[in-house]
Parts: sequence; C-alpha cells; structure tokens
Amino acid sequence: MLIKHRENWHASENEVTSEQHYLNRRHFIRSATGGVLAATALGVSQTVFARENRTLQPLTYSKTAYNPGEDLTPEDAITSYNNFYEFGLDKSNPSENAWRLEPKPWSVKVSGMVDAPGDYAFEDLIDMKALEERIYRLRCVEGWSMVVPWIGVPLASVLKKLGPQSGAKYVAFETLADRDQMPGIRYPVLDWPYVEGLTLPEAMNELAFIAVGLYGKEIPNQNGAPLRLVVPWKYGFKSIKSIVSIKLTDRKPATSWNKSASNEYGFYSNVNPEVDHPRWSQARERRIGEFSRRKTLMFNGYGEQVAHLYTGLDLEKNF
Amino acid sequence: MALFSQKNLRRYGKPFVFALFLIPAVWLIYNWVQAYAGAPHDLGFNPQETSNRFTGDWALRILLLSLALTPLSLLTGSPRWILFRRMTGLFAFFYVCLHITSYIWLDMQFDWSELWTDVVKRIYITVGFTALLCLLPLAITSTAGWVRRLGAKRWQKLHKLVYAVGVLAVIHFIMMRKGFQFEPLIYGAVLAGLMVFRLPMVKSWLRRRTQQKPINAGV
Repeated sequence: MLIKHRENWHASENEVTSEQHYLNRRHFIRSATGGVLAATALGVSQTVFARENRTLQPLTYSKTAYNPGEDLTPEDAITSYNNFYEFGLDKSNPSENAWRLEPKPWSVKVSGMVDAPGDYAFEDLIDMKALEERIYRLRCVEGWSMVVPWIGVPLASVLKKLGPQSGAKYVAFETLADRDQMPGIRYPVLDWPYVEGLTLPEAMNELAFIAVGLYGKEIPNQNGAPLRLVVPWKYGFKSIKSIVSIKLTDRKPATSWNKSASNEYGFYSNVNPEVDHPRWSQARERRIGEFSRRKTLMFNGYGEQVAHLYTGLDLEKNF
Repeated sequence: MALFSQKNLRRYGKPFVFALFLIPAVWLIYNWVQAYAGAPHDLGFNPQETSNRFTGDWALRILLLSLALTPLSLLTGSPRWILFRRMTGLFAFFYVCLHITSYIWLDMQFDWSELWTDVVKRIYITVGFTALLCLLPLAITSTAGWVRRLGAKRWQKLHKLVYAVGVLAVIHFIMMRKGFQFEPLIYGAVLAGLMVFRLPMVKSWLRRRTQQKPINAGV
C-alpha cells in the first residue's frame, strides 16, 4: 500500500500552473518568437531580395582552349571577394552593395581616334552570338589570385568594329561613376571616374578580353556588369569594370591608380615577380582557397603570348 | 560610488575587463579552428588577410584605449581608470603579438628571408616593426619590480615611448591602405585628440578644475 507523505515543500495540486496557462505560455512564446522571426525574415528578405533582384541569365557560348588546366576558384569566392572601390573598400562591400547597379540598358561612349565614334548600346557593341569561354588566371597586386571562367569576346573584335585610326596608340577605358548606384563614389578614395588604359598593341593582343559573363551566366554586378575588361597578364586593377567609355588616343592615358600613387602603380602593371610593389612582394601569391603561397609567374604565365609586346622596354622602369 | 570602489574594481572589475579584452582573440581562434576543420567560419575567402587586419585593428583600438585612460581620469577627476591602464597596455601588446604571429605564420609561412626583405624594403612594415620595438621595453618593464628598479621618474619617462608607438601604429595603418581612405584617419584623429590632453596647459587646467593630485605611475 502506498502511503503518501506530503512534505511541507510539496506544492499542492491547486498551486501548480494550470495546463491551460501552461499551454498558453507555450503559445505565447511561440507566437512572440514567430512574430520576431517573421519580422526578421521580412527585414532580411527585403535586403536579400533587393540584392538578388537581378536574375543572371544563362549564356550560350563556345568552349575554347584558353584554359590553364587548373582548379577553378569557387564561384562564391569570385563573386563575393572583390575589389570594386565604387561599391566600398572592403572585399565584401561590392557583393553587398552592387545590387544598386542597373546594368540594363547600358551604353558605352566611343570617342577619340576611331572611324565610328558615338554612343553604343551594349547589344550593338557586344556580339552575343560570338561569346566564348576563356579560363584565365587573375593576379591581384595585393598578392592573391584566382582562376576564373570568363565568358565574352576578344577586345580586338570590338575595337576592329570601331575602326581605330592609324594615329591611335592607346585605348582608355572609364568605369561608371554614379553616386546613386555606387555608394563608394561619395568618398574621395580615388579620382573618379576610374580610368584604365592599354597600348593599342596590348589591346589587340589575342588575350585581351571583354567579359560579359562568368561561370556560364551573365556577369554579376560586383564583377563588373554588364561588360568589363580582362587582361590576364596584368594585375587585376588593369581589368577595368562596368565600362561606360572607350576612347582611342595618341597619348598615354592618365590611369587612376597611377595618378593616386605613381611610385606604386605604373602604366603597364604587368605581373612581374621581379619588380616589387612598395607594399606587397610580388614574388609569391596566394590562390584563394589555398593555405600556402605559390611562386608568381612572369606575365602571370602568359609570357609566350605577350612577352614580344615589351621587347626593348625596361620593365623595371616601365612597371 | 561604493559599487565602483577601488576594492571592487580590483576584485571584480579587473577580471571582467580581462575577459572582455579576450573576446576578439577567442573569436579569431575559434574561427581558425573551424576553418581548419573545414567547417563554416567567418574569416572570409582570404582568412590570412582577415587575421592580419583583425588583429591589427584590435591592437590599435586597445592601444588608443590605453592612451585614453589618463585623460579620462583627468576629465572625471577619478584615479580609478588608472587601475586598468597596465592591463589595457599589455592587452594592446598581446594583440600586437597576435598580429605579428598572424603575419609571420599565416601570411608569410615562416619565410624568414622574405620577411626580412619586407621589413627592410616595405616602409609600412618598417614602421610597424619600429612600433613593435618601441612597445617591447614597455611590456617588459610593466611589472611592479621594474618600476621599483627603474624608479618612478625614469619608468615614467621610458613609458612616454607609448606616444611614439601610437603615432607609428597610425602611420602604419594609413600606409597600409590604398588610395585616400578615411578609416585610418579616424584612428589618427582619435590619437591626436588624446594627445591634446598631454599638453601641459590642458593638463594643469584639468587638474585645477577637478582639484586632483598628479596621478602616479604603477597604481
């Protein structure tokens, strides 16, 4: 027989929280949490959807032999580790802020020593039926590197269409500098708009490329939508993004980084392990995703295709 | 004010502040363990770069904080802030050590020859290295024993080196960034602001205002 002895600290049945209240409490917590979660989700989704408002269309393109046969850098690294100061100074800023950029419609002003100057709609400048994929190494002057599957057209094909005149020696490019679309423009980090340039022989070299896509799709805003330059044998900053102006001249264009610090950034900016940058040794590089560093190759490994462009040029002086 | 009595601050405040200062280091180490295990982490796609910047940022912040304690005690007329000065300074040194470890180990992978080239050739690293050399004797002589051995006067004189460390650290940061950037300049402005309190006239005016005796070292 069970004898129940009630200690004085035992609560009596009527002191216990009723089941209804107990359940109510759960209900209350659930709904309160639900409310908070819903509000958070709404807040998050607003930003996320705003950021993701552009769906990147898949592109039709042909494969090419431009492929170093190395592991590709993961897509999320290529699209979220960016230097694009128009959107902010941290590597993560471009992917956070670039949703503000509206790459459609897009036009490029072509001027200077060309037969056919004028404002070109993106569609008239880039032959979307001729797209090809080229896998290039990308080497940043800061000492990191990637392997990127770009999609686009050779720069030479675009320039030929514009008809460079015989006196033209250089090509100057400009990036969009729109305060509303690019929060970084508010700060005088560089002399906006961003300007980069190549000699005409460099621009006509088979490797110089205009990219409009990345990893099989349209190029994301933070990577330079809707069209950017890719110059794989030069440091990354030469590969100017979101181009709004192409100008052919007979004078060496004043490039943004060269104006900002001429002792650090020359006009050529070829990848050269022999010539150190004042702040970063260029002898080695870290492939994004790897722990150790590897040796940097002369002209980023593209010497065979480009070394002849610099015969007779002192690369120590013309860095 | 009994809550913030010297006794309570010593007994509870110090361990509390100590734990607070450890948080960034714990965060960093936790994330590296995660990264090493192949688990999700917050170090981004270039963890070495993240580590260098993170440890440098905290070293500079805590260094500036250590420089802010004397002005704070002058402004509030309370010497209690000085209780935390040595700990704060040593934590700045601790984060400088992490900064250098991150640079030598994670970034340079113990490539000593290249490291030396960096120190000699790259001015911003030379500046940073000089700051470290200035900070070293301060960390070593931070004990009560060293205050006694040197004598308060000489000890204080030596520890004025911390101003040089502050200036060098800010220059190191400004030079590290590309282009014209505000962030390092903000640190520079804070440092300049803190230096104003070291001007004899400002100092004596504050002392008169708060009727405070000069603060002794090594409290």
